[in-house]
Amino acid sequence: MRMPQAAGAPEGGCPPPAASPARSGRERDQKGMASYIARRFLLAILTVLAISILSFTIIHLPPGDYVTSFIAQMSASGSSVSEAEAQAMRTQLGLDRPIYIQYLKWMGLILQGNFGMAMEWGRPVLDVIGDRLTLTIVISLAAIVFTWALALPIGIYSAVRRYSFLDYAFTFIGFIGLAIPGFMLALIIMYVGFAYFGANVGGLFSPDFAEAPWTWARFWDLVKHLPIPAVVLGISGTAQMIRIMRSNLLDELRKPYVITARARGLDETRVILKYPVRVALNPFVSTIGYLLPYVVSGSIIVSLVLSLPTVGPLLLKALIAQDMFLAGTIVLMLGVMTVIGTFISDLLLMWVDPRIRLGRR
Amino acid sequence: MENQNGPLLSVRNLKTYFFQDEGTVKAVDGASFDVYPGKTLGIVGESGCGKSVTSLSILRLVENPGRIVQGEVILRTTGGEELDLVKLAPNSRRIREIRGAEIGLVFQEPMTSFSPVHTVGTQIVEAIRLHSPVTVGEARKRGIEVLRSVGIPKPDRRIDEYSFELSGGLRQRAMIAVALSCNPRLLIADEPTTALDVTTQAQILDLLRRLQEERGMAIMLITHNLGVVAEMADDVVVMYLGRVVEQGPVDDIFHKPLHPYTKALLKSIPSIDSTPRVQLPTITGTIPHPYNRPSGCPFHPRCDSVIQGKCPVEEPELRDVGDRRRVCCFLYGPKGDHEA
Amino acid sequence: MADNMVPEENGVISAAEEKIAVATQWQLIWWRFRKHRLAMAGTAVLALLYLVSLGADFLSYVDPDESEAQRSLMAPQPIHWFDGGKLRPYVHPVKGMRDPVSFKRVYAPDTSVKVRVRLFGRGYPYRLFGVIRCSRHLLAVEDARPEESLFILGTDVQGRDLWSRLMSGTRTSMTIGLVSVTLSLFLGVFLGGISGYFGGLPDTIIQRIIEILRSIPTIPLWMGLAAALPAHWDIVQVYFAITIIISLIGWTELARVVRGRFISLRQEDFVMAAELLGCSKVRIIFRHMVPSFVSHIIAATTLAIPAMIISETSLSFLGLGLRPPAISWGVLLQDAQNIQALVISPWLLIPALPVIVAVLAFNFMGDGIRDAADPYG
Repeated sequence: MRMPQAAGAPEGGCPPPAASPARSGRERDQKGMASYIARRFLLAILTVLAISILSFTIIHLPPGDYVTSFIAQMSASGSSVSEAEAQAMRTQLGLDRPIYIQYLKWMGLILQGNFGMAMEWGRPVLDVIGDRLTLTIVISLAAIVFTWALALPIGIYSAVRRYSFLDYAFTFIGFIGLAIPGFMLALIIMYVGFAYFGANVGGLFSPDFAEAPWTWARFWDLVKHLPIPAVVLGISGTAQMIRIMRSNLLDELRKPYVITARARGLDETRVILKYPVRVALNPFVSTIGYLLPYVVSGSIIVSLVLSLPTVGPLLLKALIAQDMFLAGTIVLMLGVMTVIGTFISDLLLMWVDPRIRLGRR
Repeated sequence: MENQNGPLLSVRNLKTYFFQDEGTVKAVDGASFDVYPGKTLGIVGESGCGKSVTSLSILRLVENPGRIVQGEVILRTTGGEELDLVKLAPNSRRIREIRGAEIGLVFQEPMTSFSPVHTVGTQIVEAIRLHSPVTVGEARKRGIEVLRSVGIPKPDRRIDEYSFELSGGLRQRAMIAVALSCNPRLLIADEPTTALDVTTQAQILDLLRRLQEERGMAIMLITHNLGVVAEMADDVVVMYLGRVVEQGPVDDIFHKPLHPYTKALLKSIPSIDSTPRVQLPTITGTIPHPYNRPSGCPFHPRCDSVIQGKCPVEEPELRDVGDRRRVCCFLYGPKGDHEA
Repeated sequence: MADNMVPEENGVISAAEEKIAVATQWQLIWWRFRKHRLAMAGTAVLALLYLVSLGADFLSYVDPDESEAQRSLMAPQPIHWFDGGKLRPYVHPVKGMRDPVSFKRVYAPDTSVKVRVRLFGRGYPYRLFGVIRCSRHLLAVEDARPEESLFILGTDVQGRDLWSRLMSGTRTSMTIGLVSVTLSLFLGVFLGGISGYFGGLPDTIIQRIIEILRSIPTIPLWMGLAAALPAHWDIVQVYFAITIIISLIGWTELARVVRGRFISLRQEDFVMAAELLGCSKVRIIFRHMVPSFVSHIIAATTLAIPAMIISETSLSFLGLGLRPPAISWGVLLQDAQNIQALVISPWLLIPALPVIVAVLAFNFMGDGIRDAADPYG
């Protein structure tokens, strides 16, 4: 899946100069910030609603429902379910009401914190999901941190030392990262690990810690296992971010304010880092909002390959079994998590770009 | 012993070339002139004649694929020594000390000359602290003072604003303030008024003149507007395709132009006294493409006094013709047929 | 570039300048593209891949669906090209036995026998381009018994030849990318155009929709949609359903590009000039605005295709996309899911290579087009 190309200036593009007398700086800042936050928040709410409707619709697209696949399962193993029993199951699970009623019921329950029953497990959905969602968040964040830590310096270097050997080398590696989807990289790494080192590099925990309760030791075990998932998940995002940073910075390096900074007598390193990098950072930060859904998305398949106890494998099973509450809840939670992440990145962008803070549209 | 009458800055046969895939662009191809302390030198020419590259070359701000290939830029420092700026390493400490503190630079486009994400104050304070060991607070006070001196109202508020919050005229004043914040002895102003409307233009020019009087500062004013030159300059340098074609005191240049290019430029200025309803005189032809420089004298394809057989073949040199005048033309000098 | 000489003085404009002066926009783009070596390499690779797609059946030597348990999980068998100094390609027949200790099937080539491989020989029948009946293949072993055939890339667990399956898989995967990108193109240009040209309320609405779509993690969405496909649909229906699903997300990127272009073009002087001349809106859009960004659209489209290919491969890998008996790179990679199996039969991972190569090639070519179309961008 492809990442977006370099995002342009923040919403609205270049602002016209002000002619009005300046109000007090703080007043100005606050007003601008408030309206910006309000707009992004509204959008976030809308997105969550859209996601919930989408996920609910998806679950109901296949013909038949949970009861149908339950019956199929039963008959495959030899037993059968009578019509009456089926009907009773339907009523019990609320599957005989019209769709929008079911949706409203579901939303109502969610707002009370009740995510329904995972029909196949017979346990509440939240129980089944357990800490898988937290772990999904953890590896996604790890991947993003990895991406940032790598993409920023490499992007800057590639722009400043254009056409140097390292620039070409990084571009090449970047292309590799771009071309190999996460799960394929995971496969290759697993294969190499197994074939040549006899080690199983998958999983997020060593066997002893897998089901244990949370302790510092378990946390440390998790951290030790994070590098491979983080690299696998992060690498194609890294490639994209490097290209974005490089092209943004190249644009900025040509601009007059860089020359004026030099003309003031500033040394080269600070000229680059303090000015054009700072400006090029804006569109860079704004792409984090899209990095998160991309990484979360990728984590689904990568988790399958690397056998990570995250939400991915669970979702696959739920979809195949048409376990409505479970699958719908997972998709909803993934979506909400992404929206929160995007919202945080919007706040980050606001902090970074004074043009937004000052309420420029 | 310090020679007060000697030039503050001497540019000798400066050549800055840009080496690109498609060819070499000789942006500056042998420019020589002097700037005297407390005086204004106007550099005049059409777009693309190398004026801006000259100013960048002086401060060693020319970047790849451009390079100074020849020439000297001699600065007389406050200590009295003569320093050739071309010989300094491009981003060395010495040249960085000179930038901002001895020579200040003001650009044409004030909007893009400020960083869009830093306040004006940040940039002034940085400039001040780069050249004097003062605290941030002290630097800020100085910054407010210099903003006031360029005529910006409420400087204590403005110092915390971003460049896009200021109007065009204020922005240019702020730009000048940043350049002046360390009291340079020479201010290079590259088309400082081109992006402004006429009224603001007049105000900025007044400001520059006033600052020059107050500080005894030399100004190198680069422009394509002959009116601005007439108003501001003490001496004028006319450039064409990277070469200085004529040089001299402003009155002489305007009333007794020597080089055919200068004459044609002056003739093409519409004046309130010119005959109405007559076609304005122009210079025939257009500026040649940088990759396609004419052989011999660069102006010869457009010159109406061209000497066949000589001008397209040989390159004239800039020579003294007395009275602090210099011309680069075969019409004047031992090989020519005419006298100045 | 060559507009500067005063004719009477330096009348002769060089031939090269003349060519540049009268070249059309497309010629200029092509010349710039040509200089980009990576892009040219990418284009060549893609041309090769599409040729393979066209001649997939011709390039196979065994029916891709023909399974034979006797030769399950056979390692790649090399072709020996020279026999006694002459070009007479042959293979050794392979005998399969069950290893008494591990109970695994092991294969050993019988080096005493040489089975001739014919170039352009007769093999299983197929339809060339789907129409012409043919049975000639590039390489074939005529009248072969199961152990006596070619197995350039080995076989899978059901004994199906991997090379032939790879040829079919290439055809499917490369064309799915094209079909879904066409759909995305229509959606993207249409919605992006409305958004960019008219602005105002339609723009805001479409922008919000795009933003919402982009903040939703795509894989769960696809998984959901793909899992919703009825299991009884046949291959072709599934194929088209998958392309539609993939293009439903891909259009947002193209729409963004189109919108951006329309917005910046709207303010250009030449558009205003056209309006002042009295041109109708339709004429302005199609005759004046569109030609200036067609090349950008082509670049964006080319760069969108690899995403589609990766999407299809991922979905099929999960088992939610194309399913057997359909063959695509993703379906082939499904066999590689099990790491233990992979260690024993590493050749099962070979289908990953064309994916990587195709994605790289599309990226290089797309970058080349983009740089050629807009060298200042």
